[in-house]
Amino acid sequence: MNTGNIIGHLAIVFISIALVNNLVLTKFLGICPYIGVSRRIDMAFGMGCAVTFVMTLSAALTWVINNLVLMNPAVNMPYLKYIAFIMVIASMVQLVEMYVRKFFPSLYDSFGIFLPLITTNCAILGSCLFIDLWGYNFLEAIVAGFGGGLGFTLVICMMGGIRENLAWADVPQSLRGAGITLITAAIMTLAFMGFSGMIKG
Amino acid sequence: MKAIGSSEAATHFVRGLWEESPVFRQLLGMCPTLAVTAALQPALTMGVATTFVLVCSNVVVSLMRHLLQGHLRILMFTLTIAAFVTIADLLLQAYLPRMSETLGPYVPLIIVNCIIIGRAEACGSRKGIWVSFTDALGMGIGFTFGLCVLGVIREILADGAIWGYIIMPAGFEKWNVMKLPAGAFLTLGILLGLSNHFFRKK
Repeated sequence: MNTGNIIGHLAIVFISIALVNNLVLTKFLGICPYIGVSRRIDMAFGMGCAVTFVMTLSAALTWVINNLVLMNPAVNMPYLKYIAFIMVIASMVQLVEMYVRKFFPSLYDSFGIFLPLITTNCAILGSCLFIDLWGYNFLEAIVAGFGGGLGFTLVICMMGGIRENLAWADVPQSLRGAGITLITAAIMTLAFMGFSGMIKG
Repeated sequence: MKAIGSSEAATHFVRGLWEESPVFRQLLGMCPTLAVTAALQPALTMGVATTFVLVCSNVVVSLMRHLLQGHLRILMFTLTIAAFVTIADLLLQAYLPRMSETLGPYVPLIIVNCIIIGRAEACGSRKGIWVSFTDALGMGIGFTFGLCVLGVIREILADGAIWGYIIMPAGFEKWNVMKLPAGAFLTLGILLGLSNHFFRKK
């Protein structure tokens, strides 16, 4: 297998999880921050960065724990998967937050406050579970984690832009807030369905 | 341990059913709500599984509430919930394999369902066993009800059926979009608008 093939294959993995199988619009992951934090583009972008960062790291870590530890014939405890995943994700985010706050304060200012919010977010755990479901190898898992995060960032920033404009529109009282956001998300999902022909097979 | 009084437990139970409905009022646990409600059967299965985890973990958390301090709390909640979700998932795989297939990775996502951690924090860690139990049961049933409403609407419009039984007349044109994610967002958005309107009128 030459490098060209590998890169091509990874590109497909990336496009697949960022656009075609976008985690928010097709897999329903990360809906809570998607609706909650998308009111302004700058906050949305910060959230997106945090999610991308955590998702890439957790994809790598959980892959290692799952494939090298739990599935290892010497250990053989696949039923501990969920407990292991969530514990690893929660502790890792805690450590990362402390580290970033101490050594990269400017970085912390831009997206650090979102880190505790996304620990228990279904986007992170969900992406790790999907990566496990799709049986990716280690390199594919990292690319998928990164791509999933970027896809999330794209969609939440789009929603931020739309909502900033919607604030001036005459939305019916009962639909304000989550109602109109969900309906907008429905239309966005329909638009993203246009990507589904990009990947054959 | 003396129960605080049946009225407090009853209040918690009833509130979870409608007034503080996790689906329509609190907007919690939206990920499974949208993902599994394409038809009534998976919606009901997910609702029951979530209620099981909610009740068990709330009771266990209530049992150990005097031992939990500070940062350890959230960790212990998460551990308890993850353990019960593993149990629920294994039970589903064993006794309802087809449903387990359909629900897929959304069963383990019950772990991060905000309802469960939210109730453990707000109620389980503070109140006695009986109140925690009824609170969890009320929230769980309210959540299941919300899921089923969505499931019924989407299944009727997408397949013309309920629980697999065709009920619409033969000439009915199926709305395929309802089976897709777009339909899920649309249905929930409109239902939220309706329930907001209803609550505002009160």
